[in-house]
Amino acid sequence: MKSLRKFLDRIKPNFEKGGKYQKFRSTFDAFETFLFVPDKVTTVGSHIRDSIDMKRTMTIVIISLLPCLLFGMYNAGYQHFLSTGQAITFWPVFWFGFIKVLPIIVVSYVTGLGIEFIFAQVRGHEVNEGFLVTGMLIPLVMPVDVPLWTVAISTAFAVVIGKEVFGGTGMNILNPALTARAFLFFAYPGDMTGDKVWIAGLGDGKNIIDGFSGATPLGNLATSTGNPMPHDLDAFLGFIPGSIGETSKLAILIGAAILLYSGIGSWKIILSTFAGGLLMSLIFNLAGANEYMNLPAYKHFLYGGFMFGAVFMATDPVTAAQTEKGKWIYGLLTGMLAILIRVLNPAYPEGMMLAILLMNVFAPLIDYYVLESNVKSRLKRARRAESLQGATKM
Amino acid sequence: MPQVFKITKGLNINLAGKPEKLFGKSGTPELYALKPADFPGLIPRLEVKEGSMVKAGTTLFSDKSRPEICYTSPVSGTVAAINRGERRVVLEVVVKPGTTIEYESFKVDNPMTLSRAEIIKVLLKSGLWPSIRQRPYNIVANPADQPKSVFIPAFDTAPLAPDYDFIVQGSEGEFQSGIDALSRLTSGKVHVNINQNSQSTAFTQVKNAQVNYFSGPHPAGNASVHIRQIDAIGKGDIVWVVYPQDVISIGRLFSKGIYDASRLIALTGSEVLNPRYYRIITGASVKSLVDGNVQKSDHRYISGNPLTGTRVNHSGYIGFYDSQFTVIPEGRHSEFLGWALPGFNKYSFYRLFWSWLSPKREYALDTNLNGGQRAFVLTGIYEKVFPLDIYPMQLLKAIIAEDIDQMEQLGIYEIAEEDFALCEFVDASKTEMQVLVRKGMDLMKKEMS
Repeated sequence: MKSLRKFLDRIKPNFEKGGKYQKFRSTFDAFETFLFVPDKVTTVGSHIRDSIDMKRTMTIVIISLLPCLLFGMYNAGYQHFLSTGQAITFWPVFWFGFIKVLPIIVVSYVTGLGIEFIFAQVRGHEVNEGFLVTGMLIPLVMPVDVPLWTVAISTAFAVVIGKEVFGGTGMNILNPALTARAFLFFAYPGDMTGDKVWIAGLGDGKNIIDGFSGATPLGNLATSTGNPMPHDLDAFLGFIPGSIGETSKLAILIGAAILLYSGIGSWKIILSTFAGGLLMSLIFNLAGANEYMNLPAYKHFLYGGFMFGAVFMATDPVTAAQTEKGKWIYGLLTGMLAILIRVLNPAYPEGMMLAILLMNVFAPLIDYYVLESNVKSRLKRARRAESLQGATKM
Repeated sequence: MPQVFKITKGLNINLAGKPEKLFGKSGTPELYALKPADFPGLIPRLEVKEGSMVKAGTTLFSDKSRPEICYTSPVSGTVAAINRGERRVVLEVVVKPGTTIEYESFKVDNPMTLSRAEIIKVLLKSGLWPSIRQRPYNIVANPADQPKSVFIPAFDTAPLAPDYDFIVQGSEGEFQSGIDALSRLTSGKVHVNINQNSQSTAFTQVKNAQVNYFSGPHPAGNASVHIRQIDAIGKGDIVWVVYPQDVISIGRLFSKGIYDASRLIALTGSEVLNPRYYRIITGASVKSLVDGNVQKSDHRYISGNPLTGTRVNHSGYIGFYDSQFTVIPEGRHSEFLGWALPGFNKYSFYRLFWSWLSPKREYALDTNLNGGQRAFVLTGIYEKVFPLDIYPMQLLKAIIAEDIDQMEQLGIYEIAEEDFALCEFVDASKTEMQVLVRKGMDLMKKEMS
């Protein structure tokens, strides 16, 4: 490692101001700090600092996503071979999914990181680590058969319009990964919705068993096709069609455990999102006008992207409510809206993405009212102080 | 046992180098200095020249905007140097001590028989006035104000902090007369705030003051926390804060008529061979304290504790307010893929490193920043170490935006830099919060005057 360090130290002057390659300073910097935690010491303020940094934080989030990713790969293969009716052993199934999913990940990272590097360079900033997580989330919320060029376009849209125009990681209003998904959802609905996109190869229609439906459970419900619903255990383990990362509730729970234990994810948001979902489905159960309304709450959690959204998307600290009280309200409304959109909107069988994006927009408003109550209690104290001072002067 | 204020939010960082309750013997300082930078907002007007003879209690400089506040020499001798920095700002007034200390004498009496004006006058003249600081803005108090209460934070919860119970032992009488003097300055009460386990009779049996008990992790010992719990301030309120060793100095002034700036200082930190207590005089040179008592390598010398202290050079001087001096290693090392390693020996408030497996271990943290500066990303973390009803991140953002109204609404009057030290410590974005808070308070003060 010493020789690598020496090599970096030797070429470093080229990238500094006045150096030959000073244009690539942020790029060099990004690689250097990736390889070595910098030797920078504190100059003002606290002399000692926690070992945490943004790279470590984002690494933990990516680790928490790995169970979903690995299962998503396996399920991509599993669903494909289910549709063709072939019985295949574990590794070929996984390999099929791996080959299907990997290009989506590569496209997402290459497009996103490329844009991030350019923006950092132009601004003269260090490269933000935020995209490391976004770049992983984007593939996980895509259908497995999504065309790669649309992944590239939506990623570029999300990074530029969703994030960089606001000033980069930490300044954005909308969750970038969901921005990418929403962009595709509205711009190329044919690649994002229906019953053909969730299973690899189904769109081509080759070697498919007669009468096989690739619709998601929620799609079935929304269109009232009467197709058989999956067994609860299958839905929990994830052997159902859906976006790559969202199907296995078990994998999501493992990820949630990592996020909560490390202290990175907010348990308040996760809990209140579930509470909101539960509340709304109970209300619909009372109304009970159709099959979708009668769906028990736990099935709402088992199907679709509710859990994935609650654990990995709603908790994005930048776009969620940033006050602790606000997080309760934000989560509750996210959960309620998700179920509301699912059940009442005939066009969209899934409501989680829109619910979270909508609440992202409202999060600053929630925070504003939480802060207002704090300000009011402070004003009360000021008024009391004034009246006391008035009294002593008299 | 009376009511105990239980503070639950906070963090005790378990550092190596805690002071033993023993007295050490340090070298004789060749030089002493008083540093205007210890007093935020002060523009000094020099009252001495190089070569001037001074006694302990002779004014070295006064405050240009409040000339009645004198800053006096801690020892007698000759002014050896007036060191200036950029734009001729006075950095330090250095005094070379004589063989024995001669004191200016001040006319004093039992503070209970003196008038408020007389007490203030002698405090101003002796140079002890600057030891009284006010909220808002955490600056030297204004003698024209009448504070609604005076707070004595008599326990320190900061990492490696000195034990005030131990420090005041044997100075009970002087502490009491200091309290007597302070009790005459306020329309309200003097609050002596101590740890619930305090055994010190100087604190528990103090008269003319109210004793309040606290428990909990750092920052339970911070004045802002006490003020919030006992006598919260709103806009227009003023409270004063005085630390125990300064109370003792004030007591000595009123019993002996001299400015005796001697005090105990805890020499702490992982790089100190014998972390214990040393009797020094305020402003003593760092060399005299640390030489022969630290490991040999690259050190950070901190006058104060590792979270809030001031960085000083080996050739520098101990700060005016400090009862603690810390020596920790500098952290100029780069670590290969450091962010990805398991980190069995890395301290973190989060459970991101495997070090959570050994929660009781002592750490020798160095000064490495452990990352690069970023925008605020994580939320809800600062609140976990911040026991005030203030939204720390939102207040900081108001300061960054220089939004005066918002700063006021979000509670800038109630805080000091030290309250944000733990937020700064746990921050993954490595924001320089204490500097920001100082900037915000300066801005606010300017706006309000």
